Amino acid sequence: MAPVAPRSGDAIFASVERVNSELFTLTYGAIVRQLLTDLEEVDEVNKQLDQMGYNIGVRLVDEFLAKSNVSRCVDFKETTEVIAKVGFKMFLGVTASVTNWDADGTSCSLILEDNPLVDFVELPDTCQGLYYCNIISGVIRGALEMVSMKTEVSWIRDMLRGDDVFELQVKLIKQVPEEYPYKDDE
Amino acid sequence: MPNKALGQNGYYLPFVSPLNSATASQIHNSFRSVNQCKNPSPFDSSKRMAAIYSLYIINKSGGLIFYKDYGSAGRMDTNDSLRLASLWHSMHAISQQLSPVHGCSGIELLEADTFDLHCFQSLTGTKFFVVSEPGTQHMDGLLKQIYELYTDYVLKNPFYEMEMPIRCELFDINLAQAVLKDRVALLGR
Repeated sequence: MAPVAPRSGDAIFASVERVNSELFTLTYGAIVRQLLTDLEEVDEVNKQLDQMGYNIGVRLVDEFLAKSNVSRCVDFKETTEVIAKVGFKMFLGVTASVTNWDADGTSCSLILEDNPLVDFVELPDTCQGLYYCNIISGVIRGALEMVSMKTEVSWIRDMLRGDDVFELQVKLIKQVPEEYPYKDDE
Repeated sequence: MPNKALGQNGYYLPFVSPLNSATASQIHNSFRSVNQCKNPSPFDSSKRMAAIYSLYIINKSGGLIFYKDYGSAGRMDTNDSLRLASLWHSMHAISQQLSPVHGCSGIELLEADTFDLHCFQSLTGTKFFVVSEPGTQHMDGLLKQIYELYTDYVLKNPFYEMEMPIRCELFDINLAQAVLKDRVALLGR
């Protein structure tokens, strides 16, 4: 019997090394600010943040797997639960809830009521199109790709735009089989 | 400077050095007695120090990205280690296909007359394996620990490119410590 995956990341969160959350928030703010200066276009910044998140995600997933002791998830539902309960807790210190499943179980929403990235942040009028936390969606996309799931992750609701919570939509595009050797005729 | 000695070829490992004073020989003696009652090895044990002969890390496409050997038994040149890594990668893949068990994750332990090979594959496809003395226990714990070191000191190194050979000094240092600690723990058991 495989070890049961932890249902909460509290224990791991307590054991991993952490940095001061204000330092983290301000550093992230400085990055976004610098990107806005360098790239000028808000859309370009969104894209860049997503790419940065992706690059982080493809590496971060190994740390997550190494330290959380989760075993292989049986389906996408379990995967999202693990991300929301263990992953978010481990790296951001908050938990998300999973809702809004569609009928065939390939798309859902992660609801974040609390997000340490946006402490102290308000968007000026010039950056209304900015997805400030777009790095998170990139991280999830990158991490899931490394465990053979192609996904699309996008923001539905954003507290910086006046919504009451953060809502992140995760859509499973396809599950890439990792079995090899591939058949000769393919 | 120990740090300077951590090159690609000359690894600084206090417990491997044959000139390393009384502690080394004490460790060695107690180790021999443990080993001999269980499983006599055909190697001349007086020339051998480490329970772990060597460590390999292979990326998801089967390329060797890290190799290090500990002690004199089973030492290999670069070509042989590359060959062994890709051979193991293929064997591992084939074993997954051949296994009658559904959802099999491949060979974890290969036992031979003169060595054991313990393998751990992460869910992302990177394989870590150690070749060790026959009958060495608790290698799965060490492999998991090496996986954590890999995530901390290799993947978080911004100058490391994914899937490429590992050249990270901090990883080398921490790995040497982990292996040493594992050895001490082994003697304590």
